[in-house]
Amino acid sequence: MTQVTMTVNGKAAKGEVEGRTLLVQFLRETLELTGTHVGCDTSQCGACVVHVNGEAVKSCTMLAVEAQDAQIDTIEGQAALDGTLNTLQQAFQDHHGLQCGYCTPGMVMSAAALLKENPKPTEADVRHYLDGNICRCTGYHNIVKAILAASGQDVSAIAAE
Amino acid sequence: MPKDGGIGASPKRREDIRFLTGTGNYTDDMNLRGQVYVHFLRSDMAHARINGIDTATAEAMPGVLKIYTGKDFETAGSIPCGWQVTDRFGEVMKEPRHPVLAEGKVRHVGDPICAIVAESREQARDAAEAIELDLEELPAVVDMRKALEDGSTKVHDDLSDNLCFDWGFVEENKEAVDAAIKSAAHVTTIELINNRLVPNAMEPRVAIGDYNRASGDSTLYTTSQNPHVIRLLMGAFVLNIPEHKLRVVAPDVGGGFGSKIYHYAEEAFCTYAARDLNRPVKWTCTRSEAFLSDAQARDHVTKIELALDKDNNFTAVRTSTLANMGAYLSTFAPSIPTWLHGTLMAGNYKTPLVYVNVRAVFTNTIPVDAYRGAGRPEATYQLERVIDKAARELGVDPFVLRRQNFVTEFPYQTPVAVEYDSGDFNKLVDKLERKADFKGFAARRSASEAKGMLRGLGVNCFIEACGIAPSNLVGQLGARAGLYESATVRVNATGGIVVMTGSHSHGQGHETVFPQVVADMIGIDPSMIEIVHGDTANTPMGMGTYGSRSIAVGGSAMVRATEKIIAKARKIASHLLEASESDIELKDGAFTVAGTDKSVAWGEVTLAAYVPHNYPLESLEPGLEETAFYDPNNFTYPSGAYACEVELDPETGRVTIEKFTTADDFGIVVNPMIVDGQVHGGLTQGIGQALLENCLYDENGQLVSASYMDYAMPRAADVPFFTVDHTDGTPCTHNPLGVKGCGEAGAIGAPPTVVNAVIDAIQSGGYNVDHVDMPVTPHRVWEAMHG
Repeated sequence: MTQVTMTVNGKAAKGEVEGRTLLVQFLRETLELTGTHVGCDTSQCGACVVHVNGEAVKSCTMLAVEAQDAQIDTIEGQAALDGTLNTLQQAFQDHHGLQCGYCTPGMVMSAAALLKENPKPTEADVRHYLDGNICRCTGYHNIVKAILAASGQDVSAIAAE
Repeated sequence: MPKDGGIGASPKRREDIRFLTGTGNYTDDMNLRGQVYVHFLRSDMAHARINGIDTATAEAMPGVLKIYTGKDFETAGSIPCGWQVTDRFGEVMKEPRHPVLAEGKVRHVGDPICAIVAESREQARDAAEAIELDLEELPAVVDMRKALEDGSTKVHDDLSDNLCFDWGFVEENKEAVDAAIKSAAHVTTIELINNRLVPNAMEPRVAIGDYNRASGDSTLYTTSQNPHVIRLLMGAFVLNIPEHKLRVVAPDVGGGFGSKIYHYAEEAFCTYAARDLNRPVKWTCTRSEAFLSDAQARDHVTKIELALDKDNNFTAVRTSTLANMGAYLSTFAPSIPTWLHGTLMAGNYKTPLVYVNVRAVFTNTIPVDAYRGAGRPEATYQLERVIDKAARELGVDPFVLRRQNFVTEFPYQTPVAVEYDSGDFNKLVDKLERKADFKGFAARRSASEAKGMLRGLGVNCFIEACGIAPSNLVGQLGARAGLYESATVRVNATGGIVVMTGSHSHGQGHETVFPQVVADMIGIDPSMIEIVHGDTANTPMGMGTYGSRSIAVGGSAMVRATEKIIAKARKIASHLLEASESDIELKDGAFTVAGTDKSVAWGEVTLAAYVPHNYPLESLEPGLEETAFYDPNNFTYPSGAYACEVELDPETGRVTIEKFTTADDFGIVVNPMIVDGQVHGGLTQGIGQALLENCLYDENGQLVSASYMDYAMPRAADVPFFTVDHTDGTPCTHNPLGVKGCGEAGAIGAPPTVVNAVIDAIQSGGYNVDHVDMPVTPHRVWEAMHG
């Protein structure tokens, strides 16, 4: 077992892990931050996306020991302390960008990384960027719409019905 | 009632807050004190005899508590099938035993052989690798036609052959249909495959068994769409645990699409082992394991013939289908290609004669069962493909041919048992032609062609049957369950309400939508109403959520229970207001004496019910809590008309969806925002089936498409923004809300729409191609055009 220490959502965190322990296991099982989900085992679905030192990373694809001393941000750290949703989270609710909620944490974290890189993405930019995030419920329509809205763009012309 | 929260409004979803902040409670998020972990050692062969299992080394490995094999479950029941089909000759279907762990033989890749329970997941997995299996590989039966040949290897040695049943519907029509086809002016025939799919809810299945030695009670936490059904099937048929000693909890569930309806072996194992070991036992399925253990879907091979008279009126439809059951019968497998498929073969049309033949076949593949649409996508796809082909053969506009044959008067008794209560198919087509801008298509096609691309427009009309019912009818058809739904409405002393529903939400938004209905009925704010679901300990016996039944059946139960609440509250109000009950009106959450300004608020009435000081105790019990069980007297019949435009690159065969427009009739819509979302999701699953998804086995029964690297799930760039419309529907005539259900429409309507568009595009390029099987991959398209 190896001791790892990192900063998770601004707080110091540490724990004992095996060499094979994945970052997502460490988050879910050791730190009990169960908002980050596991939807596959081939790094395809993106339900486990977190930010490592500000970059979107699939936490099923990184060992916990590799995150030694890293700054980790997860879905649990996105809303304000009083519970107020951030702009992206609020856009997902406003535009019904989630149904079962399972892919949602990864979607929100990926979208946050996109908007950091590209604050005014086109529809095609958003769809392309989400290539590594699979949603089975929404058909992506309202996810893409929510992300465009969160970037400050007018989505009223996008047909809802 | 403020319209912003009642029926027809689109309030934001209350469940979103926990899902957006990482505070949902999915089964894998739960951990019980003292919990241990199970890993299933599964067969890597499709068909083999188990000659030996040596667990000695594995049992001695660190952390291992116990290793179970089929022998441990020999006295347990078979994983049950919930529907018994009777064949054309009056014989019941073959129903082989489905053990919790394999007994003597394995029959599909992924069939569980051993269950290793250890202190940690990793220890269980490590120990599994130390088990020595002596498997003698047998020839695998994968292809359905070969499985039916004389002398084929049998999936089940104790059965006479691999034919589960040979079903004919309506058998009495067979000769008349044959005669009508023989004498028809024109017959269009198409042979097609409805490709096998993997439902792939994003949350893999999880089960945690728990046992309380003090009380002798077992609890199962599981990823289920219907916890009461699991309690009944597992308790009564597999483990022999009476329902009052068994609780099943399905907390937040990350999508189902049918795959979480069924009772699975892993649930029974965890419940059994928790009692055996007196420790909670947890199983978390990996995605790779899900591909090998979740029920799969569709997999029909069909020939359909459509007969027309000289004026292009449909005179008969005859179909012949092979339906793959896989190696064992999953919970509702036999109902899918029969009653949920044959009864829809009239479609939206007045065809007077229909005959459907389905032969269900056992193969060495993973069991097949319902997936979004369940039988109705298979029916719609073949019917709408053959109509489209007929229109092309006859040189008539596909909508003109459809309109000419539409059912236009309701109720309409079809020749395939069901009676449509309502609909207006011409109105849907009118709306679609406008919304999809058919007039502009020629210009859009020219623009595509100027880029060297082909452009196609495909259309499709469909009707489906939701809210399967009534119980006594489905019982006659072979269902071993009732199909009612339940609700308990508990009004608290200070006026707040808890609705305990037998429906289950795993993405549908019941926690937001159901309060809209109750709020509308009473005239209070929806925030005063909370929905409880998913726990057999605190909800009345219910059948759960599938088949687009929640609002139509579960919602109706809730309406009936709320009506009882209002009736009793009215009596209390009449006492408090010292007025005749018939003079009491309920409006905006207050009871008023008609024609006066005398009134009592909702909260005053509810308080009186629980603090019955001024109360008619001699004639009325205290309290305000009512339960209703609602058993519908017919299915509901949502219908739709869809249009798709594709662009096709003739150089590569690649197809892209450029435009997708829907006109749906869902009857009354409670929450338009959520209905939009249901349609978007269904469409994308249907487009996935049409263009991308294929569950493929090789000839040895190995699953080739066994991960997201190989099974092509639709991604964000595979679909466009959709234009969907569900306004101005025709209300269902037989349920109190007039609702029809919307969960499956997209997945039913999309596949033929897309394929019809692809054929239109191909033919517009001058190629003589009249069919390409799904998924319509670039390779298949290119081969059809140039091969």
